[in-house]
Amino acid sequence: METENAIDRADVNGHDQAAQADLGRLPALIESLLFAAGGPVPLGRLVDALAGPERREVTAALKVLAEGYEREGRGIRLVQVGGGYQLRTPAEHAHWVRRLLRERPPRLSRPMLETVAIVAYRQPCTRVEIEAIRGVEAEAVLSTLLERRLVRVVGRKEAPGRPLLYGTTREFLEVFGLPDLSVLPTLRELGVDANILSSPDLVVDAKGVRPTRDETAPAADAGPAPVAEGDSAGEAG
Amino acid sequence: MTACTVRLPIFEGPLDLLLHLIKRNEVQVSDIPIATITDQYLAMLEELPELNLDGAGEYLVMASTLVYIKSRMLLPAPEEDEELEEDPRHELVQQLLEYQRYRDVALALGERAVLDRDVFARDPEALEPAEPGESAEPRVRDASLADLLDALREVMRRLRPPAVHEVEREEIPIGRAVERVLARFALVEQVVFGSLFPPDATRADVIVTFLALLELIRLRVLRARQAERFGVITLTLAVPTVAEAAERVHDLGALEAGWRGEEKHHGDGERDR
Repeated sequence: METENAIDRADVNGHDQAAQADLGRLPALIESLLFAAGGPVPLGRLVDALAGPERREVTAALKVLAEGYEREGRGIRLVQVGGGYQLRTPAEHAHWVRRLLRERPPRLSRPMLETVAIVAYRQPCTRVEIEAIRGVEAEAVLSTLLERRLVRVVGRKEAPGRPLLYGTTREFLEVFGLPDLSVLPTLRELGVDANILSSPDLVVDAKGVRPTRDETAPAADAGPAPVAEGDSAGEAG
Repeated sequence: MTACTVRLPIFEGPLDLLLHLIKRNEVQVSDIPIATITDQYLAMLEELPELNLDGAGEYLVMASTLVYIKSRMLLPAPEEDEELEEDPRHELVQQLLEYQRYRDVALALGERAVLDRDVFARDPEALEPAEPGESAEPRVRDASLADLLDALREVMRRLRPPAVHEVEREEIPIGRAVERVLARFALVEQVVFGSLFPPDATRADVIVTFLALLELIRLRVLRARQAERFGVITLTLAVPTVAEAAERVHDLGALEAGWRGEEKHHGDGERDR
């Protein structure tokens, strides 16, 4: 699973042998920075801290580093997560790491997962909207999610009662190993029975995921539906 | 149905239960045999242990919806011009499809390599704030109420759990907390949010200090600013001097008295008779 968001092999081109030589100790330097930082470090911050190499070179060095870890079967992976780069252990070592650490693994119950999924796709959204989808009361789950910092209050809806609006956090991306919201699968891609999913009603793009009211979209191989600028965030509300 | 023993899965609500029945009957969500499903649903309700507790309402509402749809399916459709006559199941089907999609997303999320469960990383260190203009990091902005609440939640989380259960009523005037917060600005221009709450503060202390802070921000005596989500919130005076700030809040005592009065007012209905 962790290879899925290991840095994309495709984004640096063929002449890497030469490039690798030029990069010198840049990969090692970046390794130090990422190790020291612990949390995800945005590319821009790496470039700032290195003060010299260009963005392109830093990206190349990140790639060299990531591939090295995989090729050599090391106990560390470089992943792109929560808008930055981070060193993590590979999932196949979880068993032993857990035996060492005192921390109990976070519990992610089904209500929590369902609720955070709804918030992720429909944000900003209100408690009532979540309850309408799940068909059950959401107050307790929401407060758990708030406490765990997987969701946060992002504002209030301009509607009677000015209900609170919820959105997901950077922690949400980090916990689920997502580079950003745009990689959330379209609900259609989830391998659900094709008969059931006859009317895709969500689209994904750089701005996130949201419903579209395009009922006429062809059911099969249409790709993510194009989005009109107009019906963005407001639609979720 | 009665003959076989079914180990009941735990359902996350009426929709989840319905999807379970639909799957068990190997039928399409879009074409539910409503009579069969309704009967099975009602039969399930009798067995569900959670119905003895709360949450029964949601299941019962769905039961009545099902029975209503079933009855509408039995009625002959009104004759004329009702090409547009909707399938009585339409709304329910849409709801089920939507819920099902999110349920699948939830499943997919749960199967990911979850941090601190499947994969591990070092605890994050605070990064040096980005140099202004050099990167695309967000500029410092006014912290919203939501940001302040996030920060408060963090403070509450850090508090040591009380060693013993103490039942002790304490009167903590907000006015004093206001003075205490303002005093911090006598020597420095900036105070970090977290530093207002010493680790040994009680919950009550924290809450009163936080209320004082909100009040000071509301009165535009203080300004709370934050560079990024969950970033450090810094507080600055929004007026030139502490003296001026104190003057501005001078009315707070009266204000507080006002709150007390209000509280008493609320109580009137219940207690004072």
